[in-house]
Amino acid sequence: MSEATQHPHIDVKEFHPRAHEALHNPQIRQNFRKAMDGLMSKRKAAFEGWDLETLRELGANVRLRALANLPDLLEQLEQKLTENGIKVHWALDGDEACRIVRDICVARDAKTVIKGKSMVSEEMELNHFLEREGIEALESDLGEYIVQLANETPSHIIMPAIHKNTGEISELMHEKTGTDLSHDVEYLTAAARQQLREKFMNADVGVSGVNFAVAETGTLCLVENEGNGRMTTTVPRCHIAVTGIEKVVPNLEDVSALLALLTRSATGQHITTYFNMISGPRKADELDGPEEVHLVLVDNGRSSIYQDDELLDTLRCIRCGACMNHCPVYTRVGGHTYGTTYPGPIGKILMPHLIGLDEGRHLPSASSLCGACGEVCPVKIPIPDLLVRLRRESVDGDKLHPAKVRGHGSKRTPLEAAIWKCWSWMHSRPGLYRTGTRLASRFRKLQPGRAGAWTDFRTAPKLAGKTLHEQLRERGK
Amino acid sequence: MADPIKVYPSRPEKVYFFGTCLIDMFYPDAGMAGIQLLEREGIEVIFPQDQTCCGQPAFTSGYHDEARSVARAQLELFPEDWPIVVPSGSCGGMIRKHYPDLFKDTPDELKAAEVAGRVWELTDFLLNVCHVKLDDLGEPTTVAMHTSCSARREMGVAEVGPALLGQLNNVTLVEQVRAEECCGFGGTFAVRHPEISGAMVEEKVEALVDTGARAFVTTDCGCLMNINGFAEKNRHPIAGKHILSFLWERTNENKGGGL
Repeated sequence: MSEATQHPHIDVKEFHPRAHEALHNPQIRQNFRKAMDGLMSKRKAAFEGWDLETLRELGANVRLRALANLPDLLEQLEQKLTENGIKVHWALDGDEACRIVRDICVARDAKTVIKGKSMVSEEMELNHFLEREGIEALESDLGEYIVQLANETPSHIIMPAIHKNTGEISELMHEKTGTDLSHDVEYLTAAARQQLREKFMNADVGVSGVNFAVAETGTLCLVENEGNGRMTTTVPRCHIAVTGIEKVVPNLEDVSALLALLTRSATGQHITTYFNMISGPRKADELDGPEEVHLVLVDNGRSSIYQDDELLDTLRCIRCGACMNHCPVYTRVGGHTYGTTYPGPIGKILMPHLIGLDEGRHLPSASSLCGACGEVCPVKIPIPDLLVRLRRESVDGDKLHPAKVRGHGSKRTPLEAAIWKCWSWMHSRPGLYRTGTRLASRFRKLQPGRAGAWTDFRTAPKLAGKTLHEQLRERGK
Repeated sequence: MADPIKVYPSRPEKVYFFGTCLIDMFYPDAGMAGIQLLEREGIEVIFPQDQTCCGQPAFTSGYHDEARSVARAQLELFPEDWPIVVPSGSCGGMIRKHYPDLFKDTPDELKAAEVAGRVWELTDFLLNVCHVKLDDLGEPTTVAMHTSCSARREMGVAEVGPALLGQLNNVTLVEQVRAEECCGFGGTFAVRHPEISGAMVEEKVEALVDTGARAFVTTDCGCLMNINGFAEKNRHPIAGKHILSFLWERTNENKGGGL
């Protein structure tokens, strides 16, 4: 990965053409369907015997309580971490966070960075930034490693390379790293492990994410399966953790409920292979661990979400990915179609705040509001309600609720606004409605056989000869 | 935070019937079937002629002023404290779940919450309030069932349809794979994102056909229009009807047919 790579920036506005492409790509369709079916059944099995509703309620309350005290908790976290010897940095946006990471690297004369999986670093576009600064950043999570080899972005927040099957991964590794072509998953994994081990030993800095930051004890919790997170945070002499400001929880007890929900919701595991609790740099009498530990707390739009009592619920998210695993839209079009760091339902409610509703104007409407996401969310984020809220923002709010999300009003067109006004006018006048529907049923033979995009896939519904209103009036109702 | 626990009313003498605009214009037979099923239980059904639409299409499109004026026109139609039954999980869910939010901080706030609290999905009402006992008069047949997402998740009636069908001795209910997955209708979603919606309904139709059943029933006319429309256009050997039409046809002495 030493050659300079073009950053695979995807234009979020090109949602429909990408959806078209994905829907007509049998390999993509099959890869996602198979993977999502597997994840859904694993989750279901993992919660068997649990009182899931009570646990979700607990998880939601833990997150709500943390968010209610967010400013205080962040101050407490900073104080505790500082006492523990961890340096805390604050970044208003992704660029500032990147500059902080760079400055730490430069101060240490670091040339290579090894990374554990971190969606916030994806949000920051950290790899691309470091590369421009002459610092090599290598992903060590297997999925992220594959995505990086392919010069792509993650298509899922937990399983970044879920869009690829074994055959595709084998060819990619063969081409980029010289491994043999093989469908033997163990061989491929062992090969990647070997390649990564060398990098771990030589990396100057390790960058990781954080799942939960515990304010009371100043502990950074990291959930992972491959051991790469532990290596990233212990082998290099400097560890930089990056995370969103919403990840803080009051105390360690809160972690147990969220961890139980996270691993089961994400991968259907009762516990992950590794659970790291990082509470400071190497002490004088300790044999290993980094000399320096930093935490970069990234805002990047979160504090503006925090200002709104309803949108605030977006920040409850613990990044398990269950909403995308259960989303019928995500399953059909795959993660790359969204063109955003976070795809799927959580992406649709989070990304508009990060990139603006003008950039992400197709996101809130790309849902049938089926509610599967809200049903499985371990912290009970009312995702469908938030989608409707963002749809209102997209058409510039209403009389009671002036729009406030950045880029609001981007979906409002004079024609559509006029259509809804007309529709509303007719449906608020019962006499007019009855006359209109009666006339429509009388002249139903004139009903066109085509009805826009509807009839591209379906026949048009047929008007009945007599409306229910008429039939009941004749019955004397 | 938790979903409110359902407390069913005792069996009333009268109910209001909110027919929904799709049933009114496209599937009045389903509405008539629902009314006849209620009447057979000895319940008087009142149909306010001034009803139009619950306002959902504008609501989910983000046009909340427009949705609110249509919804407000429905609020005054149910003056007595009788239950309001709705032959749709989707429109029922709109009133029951979303009216309180839609009218929050308006002079109609209390009224909306009061009306919302009286709304029941019709099959749920038949099973759990009327405690209906169905006597199957039809020939042996096999059907699949598609419960709409709103019936399942907003109105919490996923168990109701199968329980009612289970009362019909000559009806075998088969379940399609991924039964709980959306059919791709989603109101304006189907026209805003036609290809994604098309891919969803395609898989739903395949799943239904794979059960071997040649007929299916559903709680909602949006899903019915979507699934039937796709099956018809692409000549798949399956056709559906509203569960109320099916239940009435199977148990009505004049006409023990049903599909």
